[in-house]
Amino acid sequence: MAVATTAAPTASDEKELLISGSEAVAEGLALADIDVVTGYPIRPYDTVIQAIAKKIANGQLVAEYIVAEGEHSQFEIVKHASTVGARVFCGSSGVGWAYAMECLVVTPPLRVPMVCLVGNRALDDPGAFGVEHNDALFVRDLGWMLCWIDTSQEAIDTTLIAYRVAEDRRVFLPLAISADGAFLTHSQALTLVPPKEKVDKFLPRYDRGDLLLHPDNPITVAPQANEDWVIEIRRQNDEAMKRAVAVIEEAYADFRKVFGRGPENPWFEEYMTDDAEIILVGMGTISLPMKVGIRTLRAQGKKVGLVRLRWFRPFPTEKLVKVLSRAKAIGVVDRDYSFGSPFHSGVVANEIRAALYNAEKRPPLLSFICGLGGREVTLEDVYKATDLCYNAANSGKSEAKTLWLGVRE
Amino acid sequence: MADATTFTNQTQILEPFRGIKKVTIEEYFTSGHRTCQGCESALVMKLMVKASGPRTIVLGSTGCMYVANTTYYTTPWVVPWMHTQLGSSGSAALGTAAGLKALMKKGKMKSEPINVIAFCGDGGGADMGIGAISATLTHKEYNSLILLYDNESYANTDIQLSGMTPYGAHTTFSPPGKAHRIIHKRWKKNMAGMMAAGHPECRYVATVCASYAVEMMNKVRRALTIGGPTFIHSLDPCPKGWDYDPMLSHELGELAIETGIFPLYEVEDGQLRYYGKTKAIVEGRARKPVREYLLKQGRFAHFTEEDLSYFQSKVDEMWNKWEVPGVVPFRRVDAARTAATNT
Repeated sequence: MAVATTAAPTASDEKELLISGSEAVAEGLALADIDVVTGYPIRPYDTVIQAIAKKIANGQLVAEYIVAEGEHSQFEIVKHASTVGARVFCGSSGVGWAYAMECLVVTPPLRVPMVCLVGNRALDDPGAFGVEHNDALFVRDLGWMLCWIDTSQEAIDTTLIAYRVAEDRRVFLPLAISADGAFLTHSQALTLVPPKEKVDKFLPRYDRGDLLLHPDNPITVAPQANEDWVIEIRRQNDEAMKRAVAVIEEAYADFRKVFGRGPENPWFEEYMTDDAEIILVGMGTISLPMKVGIRTLRAQGKKVGLVRLRWFRPFPTEKLVKVLSRAKAIGVVDRDYSFGSPFHSGVVANEIRAALYNAEKRPPLLSFICGLGGREVTLEDVYKATDLCYNAANSGKSEAKTLWLGVRE
Repeated sequence: MADATTFTNQTQILEPFRGIKKVTIEEYFTSGHRTCQGCESALVMKLMVKASGPRTIVLGSTGCMYVANTTYYTTPWVVPWMHTQLGSSGSAALGTAAGLKALMKKGKMKSEPINVIAFCGDGGGADMGIGAISATLTHKEYNSLILLYDNESYANTDIQLSGMTPYGAHTTFSPPGKAHRIIHKRWKKNMAGMMAAGHPECRYVATVCASYAVEMMNKVRRALTIGGPTFIHSLDPCPKGWDYDPMLSHELGELAIETGIFPLYEVEDGQLRYYGKTKAIVEGRARKPVREYLLKQGRFAHFTEEDLSYFQSKVDEMWNKWEVPGVVPFRRVDAARTAATNT
């Protein structure tokens, strides 16, 4: 149930390295023996390409390494490499991810299981390097699997899990791993790196099967379908995303068997939620100030807990509802915005509202927007959110507006 | 890590067809398409894969040759074929070649030379996709051919002008009107010349026209054999977009060459070689007047004598003023001007 944090076991066959989130992803990519990788410079995700380039230069990975002339090409190149059977990787951030948008749109219906890193970054204008989640969220409706990681350990582990899930024939959908810019991409932590033999037990080779584009399998891919077939193809994508739920659970269970670590619940981390009256919800590295704040609040006798959402697509509706329904009030802290949406809330808040709609018990839900453009989420923000949640719990009512924290008004 | 393999990055050796009777009888682009009557681009597709043979993967960017060729369940492609985005022919060629190379190098796929051809129309290639094509032409370790079929408009979407539409042509985005007889005043891009001049490590750039089918196929074979990224620009008369009787497609292709509007040449390892009627023009044969070509097409029906002479003068420049006639539009500084500057 509510495990505090994932304790790092000391398995003797694993190396322990002091590496950043991006470097941890690169360690995972080398272990996954990727075949083609494309890069294009934009902060902060590109630190993963810098790390991969070093690995290739030093002979720790054999892969075709292509520096593209823009993100559009960057994503198209790996898309096509994947269709001939190559395991591929690329990534981007902010407006770079936006520049690739056309290519992000086509990968799910093509059933291309590419894995990408989105180093979350605020969108232009004005220029800002700091984290916002809107970039990765562009693809939330399109058939991309989306998850948010919080630590370097989770970065390497999720990279291995990502290929296992995306390349499962029941799924065959692209997967984006989101990492908060700077807070995770550039922050170092001690990280366990497993040996290749273990990874090979966990991660089978990519087999494109009858979808392989090859002279021995002369198929025509993506002909013009129009109204005759498009809705059926959309439905296939929908089914693939539904099947991904079981595949993700299987992958995490196997990961625990092979590596002896990793969460029991793939979907979200629970921190002190067992007896929590107030449950705060967030994604990514926002968990750090929240956990610190929660410990202080607990010392004051306030029963506060945190749900840190790992998987946004597929969205863990039932599991999340089960946990959140127990609270007296829920505070969803979005590091994104959705202008003009219901209650002018963030994306996660409205997803959770929708998820709770059919629940028997619907606690009051408050929506907060915080930490945009990489602004630090402070303990004061956490305390304020908690106080407002207690007010809502006492009144039994959700406030029908969204509250911005830590903003100059 | 990498298994030992026999991978060498070699290409297929495709010797030129010595005459039409020596051309292989097998077709790799057959029935199942619904292109217009008289469509030269469909012929280009057919000849392109006839030339490349069965061990070929073709990537097609959005355009006529996507939409009209590949209706779900009725593909004409005998070889593996995949759609790519409008501006992605360069990336499609590069990604496919890189994927195959990685897998063969690492022993994950049987090592053999597989032709990779990506095609694009003039909109997809010369407008939107030019950056990606340019990038691909610098990646000399990946073998691929990018073929631009140029029917001089966005012909699939309703005949809108592209950067390759000739000066003054009537398109749905450039209709002649009462206030402005000519809206489209840009001169067409010099794609093959630009690709050859701008990518010194690209070993093969050529222009083709399907009116000269054997020559066209042999240029495709040469491009695939020589290795690295290569580029071919094909001029394709389009009955719908150019507004002429479909029976004239072949003749218009010939006229484009004979008037000197579209030169036929190849640049192999930096060495330029003119072909056929173009070669004759370079060697002094008179060019046919451009009006013989232009006035056969409804898209130029609004042209006045003044427009025709302007068009003629621009084509004359290609042959009389350009440093490399028909290919490179640089000019030497003329002597009078040099003298004037020096005084």
